[in-house]
Amino acid sequence: MSTLTTHRAVEPGIDPRGPRIVAALTSLVLALVLVTPLPVAILLLAVQTVVFAIGAVRGVQHTPYAVVFRRLVRPHLSAPHDLEDSRPPRFAQAVGLGFAAIGLIGFLAGSAVVGLVAAGLALVAALLNAVFGFCLGCEIYLLLRRAAAR
Amino acid sequence: MTLGGWVLVLAVVLALGFGGWRMVSDGRFRGTHRVRGAERGSGFETGAERPPQPSVDASAGARSPSVEPVETTVSSPRGSVLAGTAYDGQRGERATLLQFSSAFCAPCRATRQVLDDVARSVPGVAHVEVDAEQHLDLVRDLGVLRTPTTLVLDAAGREVTRATGAPRPGQVLAALEATL
Repeated sequence: MSTLTTHRAVEPGIDPRGPRIVAALTSLVLALVLVTPLPVAILLLAVQTVVFAIGAVRGVQHTPYAVVFRRLVRPHLSAPHDLEDSRPPRFAQAVGLGFAAIGLIGFLAGSAVVGLVAAGLALVAALLNAVFGFCLGCEIYLLLRRAAAR
Repeated sequence: MTLGGWVLVLAVVLALGFGGWRMVSDGRFRGTHRVRGAERGSGFETGAERPPQPSVDASAGARSPSVEPVETTVSSPRGSVLAGTAYDGQRGERATLLQFSSAFCAPCRATRQVLDDVARSVPGVAHVEVDAEQHLDLVRDLGVLRTPTTLVLDAAGREVTRATGAPRPGQVLAALEATL
């Protein structure tokens, strides 16, 4: 069949509900960034940036949020009927890292507007993932590849 | 309300609106992309002025004559959309389910399962999966913007209809029914 299947054996699959819970917690933190006073917002966004960095480098299943999923949520769920490729959610974490880093730099440079808008965009992506299981960054990836190869 | 509060409200509205729209439109077969090569080619007038095709609805029972694909009845000089690629030999005898996938794409896996099952159950139908990143020329020529995108090709390899997002088996069967 396709060449895509050959890669999959290399990495073990992950429970598809894990990234959804991670995205839900991410949404919560990003929403708090938007409504808390500045020093708290910057601290929260810094924490979220670190979490995104862990997710992008080691995979979403190694983030602190995923630990919450494994300890508190998964014991209450039945076994997943299908495991998921860990690369799409990991790529999504990298996209989140980009937005969070821009926001953090904006806040630290004194531009609250840049910080809030970047956090807001990251929130849109996280909500789409949490509510609909939809990976915005993954789709933008193909559009970027299309544009780059022109 | 603070600026952050407004950004929060806007983000929630955007996410729910976009996600809801996607949930409704994903997997629905409708229309075809105007193939760039076909418009350049001479003597091919049928495709250029054709209005967008009506959608092939998931509720296949209520199929009206209007969903009959135009391409199968019009003998167009345009050949297989896969012509010149290694995949052209893998086409089905009667129809082909051509799936574009990419590595960073979770719904591609569900789509593969659905299309594989349909191809196995309907004789003469093949499922061909193409890695979009490896075939960017084909992706651009066919106007594929997202993965998964599923094209239904007729016996000659011409596109009849397409769907973006993961389709349900019923949607694929209905689209095939209109093709065969």
